[in-house]
Amino acid sequence: MSLFNASSCHGNGVFTSPVEWRSIESHIVCFFFFLIKSEMSSMNRKIIHTLAESISKQVDHFSKTEVECLIREFNLLLGEPVSTGRTVSGLDKERFRSILHNNFGLTDDMIMDLVFRTFDKDNDSFVSVKEWIEGLSIFLRGTLEEKIKYCFQVYDLNGDHYISREEMFHMLKNSLIRQPTEEDPDEGIKDLVEITLKRMDHDHDGRLSFADFEKAVKDENLLLEAFGTCLPDIMSADAFELRVFQEPAEL
Amino acid sequence: MGVSLTKAAQWTTGGKLEFTSMNETLLREILSFVEELGSRHPQEAEQVLKEPLRWSTTLTASDFKTDYDISDSGVQSHEKDAEGRPLLQLCPPTVNVRSFGQLCKLVHLAADKKLDELRACLEENRDAMVQMFGNGLEKEDNQTDVPRLVKEEEDEVKVKLFHLVQNLDELLIKKLLKEITETVELDCATVNNDVESLKELCRDGEKPALESIRFTSDYEFSNGCRAPLWRQVHGEICYLVVEPCDTETLYITCSNTAVFLNAGIKQEVEESGYERTSDTYKDLLTLLKSRSPHFAEHMNKQKIKAGEFDEMNEKGQEKESYRQREKNVNEKTRKHHVPRKRSAEKKYEPCPRWKNLGLMSPCGKAEEKKPKSSGLEKVQGSGARSRMKAEFSLSSLPGRLSSQKIKTPAGAMELSSESSSESEEEEEQSERRLESNTDLPPEYWQIQKLVKYLKGGDQTATVLTLCAMLDFNLMQETCQLAIRDVGGLEVLINLLDTDEVKCKIGSLKILRKISHNVQIRQAIVDLGGLQSIVKILDSPVKDLKALAAETIASVTRFRRARRTVRQYGGIKKLVSLLHCVPNLASLTAHQQKDVEVARCGALALWSCSKSTKNKEAIRKAGGVPLLGRLLKSPHENMLIPVVGTLQECASEESYRTAIQKEGMIKDLVKNLSSDNEELQMHCANALFKCAADKQTRDLVRNYKGLQPLVSLLAKVNNKQLLAAATGAIWKCSISVENVAEFQKYNVLESLVDLLTDQPEGVLVNVVGALGEFAQIPASKTTIRKCGGIKPLVDLLNGTNQALLVNVTKTVGACATDQDNMAIIDQLDGVRLVWSLLKNPSSDVQSSAAWALCPCIENAKDAGEMVRSLVGGLELIVNLLKSTNKEVLASICAAIAKIAKDKENLAVLTDHGVVPLLAKLTNTTDDMLRRHLAEAVGHCCMWGSNRASFGEAGAVAPLVRYLKSKDHRVHQSTAMALYQLSKDPNNCITMHEKGVVKVEEQEDMPVNHNNRSCICFCLTLKLTKL
Repeated sequence: MSLFNASSCHGNGVFTSPVEWRSIESHIVCFFFFLIKSEMSSMNRKIIHTLAESISKQVDHFSKTEVECLIREFNLLLGEPVSTGRTVSGLDKERFRSILHNNFGLTDDMIMDLVFRTFDKDNDSFVSVKEWIEGLSIFLRGTLEEKIKYCFQVYDLNGDHYISREEMFHMLKNSLIRQPTEEDPDEGIKDLVEITLKRMDHDHDGRLSFADFEKAVKDENLLLEAFGTCLPDIMSADAFELRVFQEPAEL
Repeated sequence: MGVSLTKAAQWTTGGKLEFTSMNETLLREILSFVEELGSRHPQEAEQVLKEPLRWSTTLTASDFKTDYDISDSGVQSHEKDAEGRPLLQLCPPTVNVRSFGQLCKLVHLAADKKLDELRACLEENRDAMVQMFGNGLEKEDNQTDVPRLVKEEEDEVKVKLFHLVQNLDELLIKKLLKEITETVELDCATVNNDVESLKELCRDGEKPALESIRFTSDYEFSNGCRAPLWRQVHGEICYLVVEPCDTETLYITCSNTAVFLNAGIKQEVEESGYERTSDTYKDLLTLLKSRSPHFAEHMNKQKIKAGEFDEMNEKGQEKESYRQREKNVNEKTRKHHVPRKRSAEKKYEPCPRWKNLGLMSPCGKAEEKKPKSSGLEKVQGSGARSRMKAEFSLSSLPGRLSSQKIKTPAGAMELSSESSSESEEEEEQSERRLESNTDLPPEYWQIQKLVKYLKGGDQTATVLTLCAMLDFNLMQETCQLAIRDVGGLEVLINLLDTDEVKCKIGSLKILRKISHNVQIRQAIVDLGGLQSIVKILDSPVKDLKALAAETIASVTRFRRARRTVRQYGGIKKLVSLLHCVPNLASLTAHQQKDVEVARCGALALWSCSKSTKNKEAIRKAGGVPLLGRLLKSPHENMLIPVVGTLQECASEESYRTAIQKEGMIKDLVKNLSSDNEELQMHCANALFKCAADKQTRDLVRNYKGLQPLVSLLAKVNNKQLLAAATGAIWKCSISVENVAEFQKYNVLESLVDLLTDQPEGVLVNVVGALGEFAQIPASKTTIRKCGGIKPLVDLLNGTNQALLVNVTKTVGACATDQDNMAIIDQLDGVRLVWSLLKNPSSDVQSSAAWALCPCIENAKDAGEMVRSLVGGLELIVNLLKSTNKEVLASICAAIAKIAKDKENLAVLTDHGVVPLLAKLTNTTDDMLRRHLAEAVGHCCMWGSNRASFGEAGAVAPLVRYLKSKDHRVHQSTAMALYQLSKDPNNCITMHEKGVVKVEEQEDMPVNHNNRSCICFCLTLKLTKL
């Protein structure tokens, strides 16, 4: 509040409109964040460093520096420093969804929830920094096999290692424009599910096992994201990498 | 009788009635009318006709009886008209009849000849109606049925008679029409509708599609046709005169089977001109389109509008039919439906899309659905059936309605645009009809369903649907056409413009396959799909780029597509795909993708490079060095498109130079030894085209490319490869050094073996190569020893002009060897070569004439041999009238050889060789001059030919030849002048033209004892004067 006054004095007048108020306020907030961040980076550099070292040993596709960048990005997104000592620390569902939406162009809420669930391996409703980096490793650099595994996990709604007819229907139910004239508006989707199942279900047990899914995708790569976009497209992935990995050079 | 006579009766050009069954009927009817008129309507029969009917009769005075005054000069009836003229007057052979009563009597008198009399009467009174009733009445009646001429009592009778005749006329036509309908089926509605809508187009704004269109006749028979009845029998409906904006007036016949141009029927009644003078066309629009480019263009514009209209309709139809499908139409309704559809179709058949989509689909769908959903049907039970019937008739209604709609003027526009799109897709249409006759395959309905999902699905559903579609056998035509017919192409192309990478990939994967079908390719280009695909080449996603390039490769197999690619900057983009590092041993995944992209780019360029302008565009975009770099790739699948492009482009001089300069010959030679025959073939083809250049030939030798070429001759089963290899050998053997090198590998033997049982493509090259080899004396012997002469002479019987040119050349080259010549003579080869002078191709003519020279020179008894060829000398003299310089030169050369034999020279002279040669002397072509002078020189040796040459003015031009820069011209000219100078008059001319001066001024470095000697002689002679 004192700062406030000071600035108002410095401003040499009275704030006439709320717009100016707000802009001033945001400048101040930014300033505080900068203080926190610079302080944090000096304080936590060591922590990040050691964390990066340990994580980069477990993740294939990122170098140590890249992991450091991703940790920094994670912290930035989290808005609070990571401390290894804390019990619960990570991105909650809401925040994760907005990240997916803003950075990776995912749009479908249901799919984004599924992606969150897949990232959140320990099911604690938070994506920890480790889960974040592990997830991104597939997201950005995953091999086809890894992506197949990942997508299968996303689509396996109940986690029974099969994608059932019902699960497919659930995921596809909004994918066709419903004809109001039809007696059964879901007819088209049901048909689509049948066609897809027929195509992918190689062992003819009426559901997709991982083996089915893997074989189908290897035959036709387009089927990787068969039941909804759950990976970033190449453009936004490149943009994300460019932004995150180049940051240290700028700083 | 008016209409029936003018329009129904068939007249010959001489104004006679043809002896056809229809004319017979007509005559009989008229006869019975005339016979009955007298008894039935006595009053009318007495009515005096306005003008007498006059004809030459076969009746004589003796045939007439009591009621007549019979005198020496003729016969007159007792009955007279108001002015005292007899109603019947016979001055043999002419008879004048002024009333029906008299006509009736006359016919009666004629007895068994009555038909002939009536025929003669009608033939000589073509305007019978006018003669009978006068002009006014006739005209009046055309507008109203009530003549307004009723002034006097008498006229009333006249009008009655007129009506009687009119009735007869109508009756006659009705009867004849009935007969016609029994024999031929005429569908006038289509034609009339077409014409109506075209008339509409003529009025269309400032740029009408046509200047005018009109029927030749305004009279429409009750069956709707306008052609004379006797032409209707032939199935002709009407005749049109169409004035297009850009070509001459078209006279068109519309018949029930086809539309074609006639020999010019301009008005209602023509006796001739009905014959067909063009190909037949399916309908009027097709004919107009093919005849008038302006019209075609106009129609294409219309088509776009029509497309929108179509779509609207389609949607409506689809909804209906979709509901239909849900309901499961049962067998009963189907049966009920089919005949109805047919009848509707037969009548109008305006829009095949309606037929296919609207009317056709419900029944077909039901069929497809049936086995699948039999369970469902049970649940629905019989209650659903009645409901279905109601629904059904409703759904078929729009189709019927819309086909009727076109009859109204408002619908005319729609019709024309509809039918234009129909005729545009001519072959497709025939395809469709074929399909709709048979049952559509189940794939058709499945694909239709998938396309519907594509239209209404989000990204995920779209990708799934695309994958499902990829599961069909897309190389199968039924699937390809099904996708197009249900509107799938439009959707697939639309997907290309979205931002969804996966959708684009899926769409391209399908397009890449279905575009193997010609019709699909055209449709893609028509729908503007190629532009979208070209745009995708800029995408950062490599998979997409590669797929797009691959699709382009498959679509651009016709010229319009290639042009489109160029016009949208596609060539540049494709060339930029070629940037990659092709020859690294180990590649990263990224580099591998780059290589794949480059490969697809090369494939597309290969396909595009079939257009000359594209070759240029590729070069300008810097494609040649990039291709050169890719040529170093170790992978065959990369090399084939690259070499394919290069060999395609090597038809251009600029490329040949570039290929040589960029050092590609080495790589081409290297790949000749590849294991892949296709690659070998393209390499050999590239060398074939490039080796026209001497440096290239030397390079091939230096890179040791000759031996691999020879070893390719062993691949006798791959004819394309063989053709390419022999072609390369042919061109390489133009260099003597190469011939020597080739000889080490016994090429001649292999080539001679290939002279029999090979396709012409191979033969041309083999014979060409032999021709080059035969320039060397040793080869001639070898060819003979291998038994090559006989197959060569046999080939002279062929028809392929390129082959004949080479064969004659080779035979000529062989004939320079005495022993070869003996064999050729024995095989009657000279006669065969000689007869080729009659070939229409001037290349063959000249080549044959050149070949004759050595033949005549080396034949044992040349004079006798030439004489034995009946008409041969005349033939050769006549060829001096040719306009082709090469032909003329070769014929002159042959004449020079022939003229060595005095007897033959005499024959040549008789055929007028001297004036023909003299006429040619004004030429400036050195080649021709040289041989012409030679021929003149030799032809001087007979009779008064020297003087004749002088008289024909050949001397002065010949003197000018001495100013030519070619010493060979001088040589033969000097010879000719020497011969000519033996005639004193010629000497004077030479002197006047300053031959001495010319000779003195000559300071050519070329020696010529010969020349100086001749000069000397000349000078001597001249000084003597």
